[in-house]
Amino acid sequence: MMTDEKKKVNLTIDGIQVEAYEGDMVLDAARRAGIDIPTLCYHPAIGPIGSCRVCVVEIENGRGLPASCVTPVREGMVVRTNTEAVREARRTVVELILASHPQDCLQCERNGRCELQALAMRLGIRETRFHREKEHKECDTSSPALVRDADKCILCGRCVNMCADVQNVAALGFAYRGTDALVTPMFERGLAESKCVSCGQCAKICPVGAIHEKEEWQKVADLISDPNLHVVVQVAPAVRAAIGEEFGIPAGTPVTGKLATALKMLGFDAVFDTQFTADLTIMEEGTELIERLKTKGPLPLITSCSPGWIKYAETFHPEFIPNLSSCKSPQQMMGAIIKTYYAKKAGIDPDKIVSVSVMPCTAKKSECARPEMNASGRRDVDIVLTTRELACMIRQAGIRFQDLSDGEFDAPLGISTGAGTIFGTTGGVMEAALRTVYEIVTKKPLG
Amino acid sequence: MSPFIRAHILVCSGAGCVSSGCHGVYDSLMRALEEEGILGEVKVIKTGCIGSCDLGPTVLIYPDGTFYQKVTPEDAKEIVEEHIVKGRPVARLFPRQAEGEPAENISSLNFFKKQVKVVLRNCGVIDPENIYEYVARDGYEALARVLTDMTPKDVIDTIKQSGLRGRGGAGFPTGLKWEFAQRVHADEKYVVCNADEGDPGAFMDRSVLEGDPHSIVEAMTIAGYAIGANQGYIYVRAEYPLAVSRLTHAIEEAHEFGVLGENLFGSGFSFDLDIRVGAGAFVCGEETALLASMEGKRGMPRPRPPFPANEGLFRKPTLINNVETYANIAPIILKGPDWFRSIGTEKSPGTKVFALAGKINNTGLVEVPMGTTLREIVYEIGGGIPGGKAFKAAQTGGPSGGCIPESLLDISMEYDTLTKAGAMMGSGGLIIMDEDTCMVDIAKFFLQFTQDESCGKCVPCREGTKVMLDILTRITEGKGQAGDIQTLEALGKTIKNTALCGLGQTAPNPVLSSIRYFRNEYEAHIDEKRCPGGVCKDLVGYEIDAEKCRGCSLCAKACPTQAIHPVAGEAALAEASGGEGGHKPKRRTYEIDNSKCQKCGECMSVCRFDAVSRR
Repeated sequence: MMTDEKKKVNLTIDGIQVEAYEGDMVLDAARRAGIDIPTLCYHPAIGPIGSCRVCVVEIENGRGLPASCVTPVREGMVVRTNTEAVREARRTVVELILASHPQDCLQCERNGRCELQALAMRLGIRETRFHREKEHKECDTSSPALVRDADKCILCGRCVNMCADVQNVAALGFAYRGTDALVTPMFERGLAESKCVSCGQCAKICPVGAIHEKEEWQKVADLISDPNLHVVVQVAPAVRAAIGEEFGIPAGTPVTGKLATALKMLGFDAVFDTQFTADLTIMEEGTELIERLKTKGPLPLITSCSPGWIKYAETFHPEFIPNLSSCKSPQQMMGAIIKTYYAKKAGIDPDKIVSVSVMPCTAKKSECARPEMNASGRRDVDIVLTTRELACMIRQAGIRFQDLSDGEFDAPLGISTGAGTIFGTTGGVMEAALRTVYEIVTKKPLG
Repeated sequence: MSPFIRAHILVCSGAGCVSSGCHGVYDSLMRALEEEGILGEVKVIKTGCIGSCDLGPTVLIYPDGTFYQKVTPEDAKEIVEEHIVKGRPVARLFPRQAEGEPAENISSLNFFKKQVKVVLRNCGVIDPENIYEYVARDGYEALARVLTDMTPKDVIDTIKQSGLRGRGGAGFPTGLKWEFAQRVHADEKYVVCNADEGDPGAFMDRSVLEGDPHSIVEAMTIAGYAIGANQGYIYVRAEYPLAVSRLTHAIEEAHEFGVLGENLFGSGFSFDLDIRVGAGAFVCGEETALLASMEGKRGMPRPRPPFPANEGLFRKPTLINNVETYANIAPIILKGPDWFRSIGTEKSPGTKVFALAGKINNTGLVEVPMGTTLREIVYEIGGGIPGGKAFKAAQTGGPSGGCIPESLLDISMEYDTLTKAGAMMGSGGLIIMDEDTCMVDIAKFFLQFTQDESCGKCVPCREGTKVMLDILTRITEGKGQAGDIQTLEALGKTIKNTALCGLGQTAPNPVLSSIRYFRNEYEAHIDEKRCPGGVCKDLVGYEIDAEKCRGCSLCAKACPTQAIHPVAGEAALAEASGGEGGHKPKRRTYEIDNSKCQKCGECMSVCRFDAVSRR
């Protein structure tokens, strides 16, 4: 953001001399100066929207109370962020949002992680002076991955911007006007009928509980309790790095061993590592690349591990479908192996196997529901849980995750080369594929 | 056609007259002229709106200036036979002034006397579909002068010196806007005309587009030259089909005549125009929402800056002015900024077109110098309040504006005084209200409009106006509570201060201004559960005074819900004693069943004995 070409601008915020750069917004400058103006619709991952009006400030000789997230700094500007007028306006605005927002926080998926809840708490709101009846809308549960609850939507526009401007999908948009305004897929259809690719970025950026992943942990817990079923779980590479965060372990700390222990404690009959099939994926994709290079097949070859990306390409760029690798993703390879090879080896009726996977991405829920994902003659992967859902199960079971001792994945599908671990990072799949190609082509191990 | 034309017949063909049947009048005139064999001696044209829409279809005959109102096709035949052939004006078709005497000549009509027509100079005068008529009225001369004699800077300086302010509502200095757009360096710039006229009741922009479309084509081309743009767009609402068709025709004609397109007047400057039809959302009149709509997106405002002059249509520098603003450009170029400044006031030079509506005798479009008083507009041009009722207030600026009470009748109608009074110039809607108007109800009406039209993006506008509307609705239903006025004031202030765009920032104006001037009416509703204007149905009831009632039954017959019937016991009595030869039955009286009464007041208006009263 800050480059030497940008002009410096001096301004005063709450009596503090602040240096900023031309093009900066007052909010950025204030935060850098240690003044934490409250916000709601603002999110650094998307451009400022300016719809919630929570971050309003007073500017000397200016008109009204502009929103600081969309007000550019000016030389000599004098800003006040904590005057009585500002406090009253902020409070009123938050109360107006609460006026039509469901007050069932205790049952909300976002309880405790809700930005509106936190904001109301921060502003010390104990009562709302206003009340507005809102037309009830049924929850949209059509998508295998995501649930939209329009009743909880505060129309901040974050998901709309994220979906359109960042993900380039634009499955969500605004419809109607005034208090009828609604964030919805086109013609108020369900997400499943829209061009949604199930990437889940909307759920990630939603400040409240209006969009969240479809929760299936309860179903899994019930299936585990059924003695007639053999419930198998596979865990994606990224999960072992992310799940620690849910239990206060610093982000990025690998907790593979604790994870294996926790899954066994939860009662899964077998705990496998998706890295095993990540290895398979790489060998398949690597040889596919060599084959295509030889036969001058469609190039470049694009890896096919991400179901969000596959759906995106199918929907928006079908011209690239021939370039996609014909390989299944590691999750689906594992799913197929579990209900064929593993079932045979372990002597279990594949119809009695429930195949669960824990994945870092909501699109995996959509992937396993695709009709062609039945190599075993039945659905290969039955249920996909996100990292968060697994954490929820672990907490419920009373397991102190952070204190667990290291366990092991089960053989044979728990053993891997470790090459698949880098799948969880950007460019990792590609790098792993190239490493494999190098070894196959040169017949020499990579140094 | 003979070289000698003995008379010009102007048939108003503004949208108002079209709907009251002017095309039939035109056809009838043509037929009659043909029958008389004088088709070649009389020129009949369809003009744009002349302004006096309540009198339509209107026909104006030159050279004498005879003005006929409410002309039917049959009348048209008579006009030809009597006036044109025999030289005997048809007196029964003259409009009547408030004082009662007919005015046969347009110059003797009070409605037109005080008007100064700059913006509407050609409306109702020329055939809008004939470029020759526009050229004959100095059309495209300003463009010729600009392209051959003036630099872009000269043009901008002229507009700046004229003091012209944006007629779209906020009154931003037009010359400055042009300068901002001119100063930005860009490979491409655009000129946009905001013709998304959305204020209920305002139709001056439509009238200009329908009556004088070339004036907009010319002004936008001048603007293009001044700021360095080669493409312009007119954003006009789909509800204005006549304007769209006349504009389309004008653009085609201008191309044909070489005043639009490549290398205009041999200057090397090229400019083209296209029309974009909007779906008719009020918020699309807000410039950033308008641009979004033009780009094919949802018409939702975005925060400014960046202003369109820096980053507008397709992120290119864009100049946006409204129709009325553009209509002032050519005269300013031709007659000079000093001439323009000689009209109007120092801070608001020029004229303003108002759309007069409501409880006033003469409704329609009036163009007056800025600074004309409200009293002059209401009583001299508008002919006062019908039925001798008292003036209560005028709403200026439509739903974004505010009300001006009787005590401010002498207010100078210009940008700053109106804003100071808590109202707004806006686009020039002027709704007159009489003593029978309830100010709380009016405020509710306007807020309902902005509430409906709020795009729903920002919280204060979407949620705040709804909460205010709910409170107002409660008050008019007799459920007002102590503290409601204070809540309305506080909320109104917060919405004004924090809303994202002009729509939200001005939405509380009707409420705040009516509280400011008519607080007692709010108090009467809340504290006494009484509606002084007699409008709010839940607070109004009618009763029949038995002493005064003569039993004529007129009220019972007039009642649309059969809520009025004879008083029970008396009816039987009257029945029993009636019908015996000449014997006058005992007087029976009527009463109102309040469970059926719809509070329409019809009983009160038909009673000849003043027996019905409102409480």
